[in-house]
Amino acid sequence: MMTVSVVSPESVLFTGEATQVITRTLSGEIAFLPHHAAFLGALAECHTRIYLVDGTITDVAIHGGFVEVSNNKVNLLSDVAELADDIDRQRALVAKERAEEILNHGQDAHASAALARAHARLNATGGVTGTAAGAH
Amino acid sequence: MAGGQERILRGRIRSVQATKKITRAMELIAASRIVKAQQRVHAAVPYSEQITEVVKDLAAAGAGQGSPLLVGRGDVKTTCYVVIGADRGLCGGYNAGVQRAAEGEIKADVLAGRDYTIVAIGRKPDNYFRFRGYHRSTSFGGFSDNPTYENARQIGKCVVDLFNDGTVDRVSLVYTRFISTGSQEVVLRPLVPLDTTTMVGGDGKADAGGDYEFEPDPTAILETLLPRYVEARIYAALLNAAASEYAFKQRAMKNATDNAEELIKNLARIMNRARQDSITTEIMEIVSGAEALGGGKAKAVRYVDIDPPLRR
Repeated sequence: MMTVSVVSPESVLFTGEATQVITRTLSGEIAFLPHHAAFLGALAECHTRIYLVDGTITDVAIHGGFVEVSNNKVNLLSDVAELADDIDRQRALVAKERAEEILNHGQDAHASAALARAHARLNATGGVTGTAAGAH
Repeated sequence: MAGGQERILRGRIRSVQATKKITRAMELIAASRIVKAQQRVHAAVPYSEQITEVVKDLAAAGAGQGSPLLVGRGDVKTTCYVVIGADRGLCGGYNAGVQRAAEGEIKADVLAGRDYTIVAIGRKPDNYFRFRGYHRSTSFGGFSDNPTYENARQIGKCVVDLFNDGTVDRVSLVYTRFISTGSQEVVLRPLVPLDTTTMVGGDGKADAGGDYEFEPDPTAILETLLPRYVEARIYAALLNAAASEYAFKQRAMKNATDNAEELIKNLARIMNRARQDSITTEIMEIVSGAEALGGGKAKAVRYVDIDPPLRR
């Protein structure tokens, strides 16, 4: 058991006891179990899963940030982070399709960032990366 | 006519009363917003504390010794002052306080032969420095009473760019720190390069720094982290400034309301005296008019009739 908190500049989004946290740093996916060694990483645009003590799972879309693990505490720091409950899935789907449309016509840094954001949101709210399949 | 004087006074009392209502309303609004602004200041604390921790851990691990953002450039030729004020007035000495503090620092810099530039936040300080012909690089405005993290991000980017391209060698924040509703103070805080006292772990936690695992390497993390750290610092300053602005505004509006009350009292007194004067004058006129007209003969007769016999 360890303490997990998701902190954004505006507020503490989430804090609770968990048994496992899965997230993605710039170099790849990583999971933290209780009593993980002290760790410091830069987070990628990603979907983070927090397995709570009571068996439920909290999904968070994290749009870049840092993770700090020390003394059996996992702190996720992010400029922009959203709990799954706060995400508008329809909007994310629309954003994803729009971004893909732009990217089909060539490279665009703005659009690929938007696509990554939309993916993080969609993964956090059901994990479907296909097209209209997860629209319900 | 004396009645005209009274009418003018009555009008003035009415106008002061209307002003008093407005200032009272503004006072109440400011008072209610202080609470919200204060909550935002508190809500921002965990993030900025933890990001400071992370910076400390990284510095303890020896990362970023080559990063100018962290260690500075040694010789400071140009200082950038980020002056955080309000967009609007009606908040007493709030803007004057930060402006004076910044001006004092700038004068000291100029005397020492150093250059400076100003990044003004809020329209009031911006106008102030522009009118007086100070060197300004960028200015931001329109969000002083309700800053968002996005605002802090823009300011942070602008400041970090100024520093990275060598335009400035040091960045300082000038803002009003919110201590409580009753007290705020204007402070000058170094922002970039990061304060060495911030870097030296003060809570013993940094000792563990050597044992940290990093992913990717510490320097890469630090590179993305430092701008975030600067943003968090600016965000905290913006929130403090917003809360202080409301506190100053509440106080200023309370004074204005009290003044209006005093003014109404005095004006009412003057008006009553003017009315009394005009009534007295009117009676005098009637009496003397009556005497002059019909009473002239009768009075003379009466006095002649009654007085002489009594005296004789």
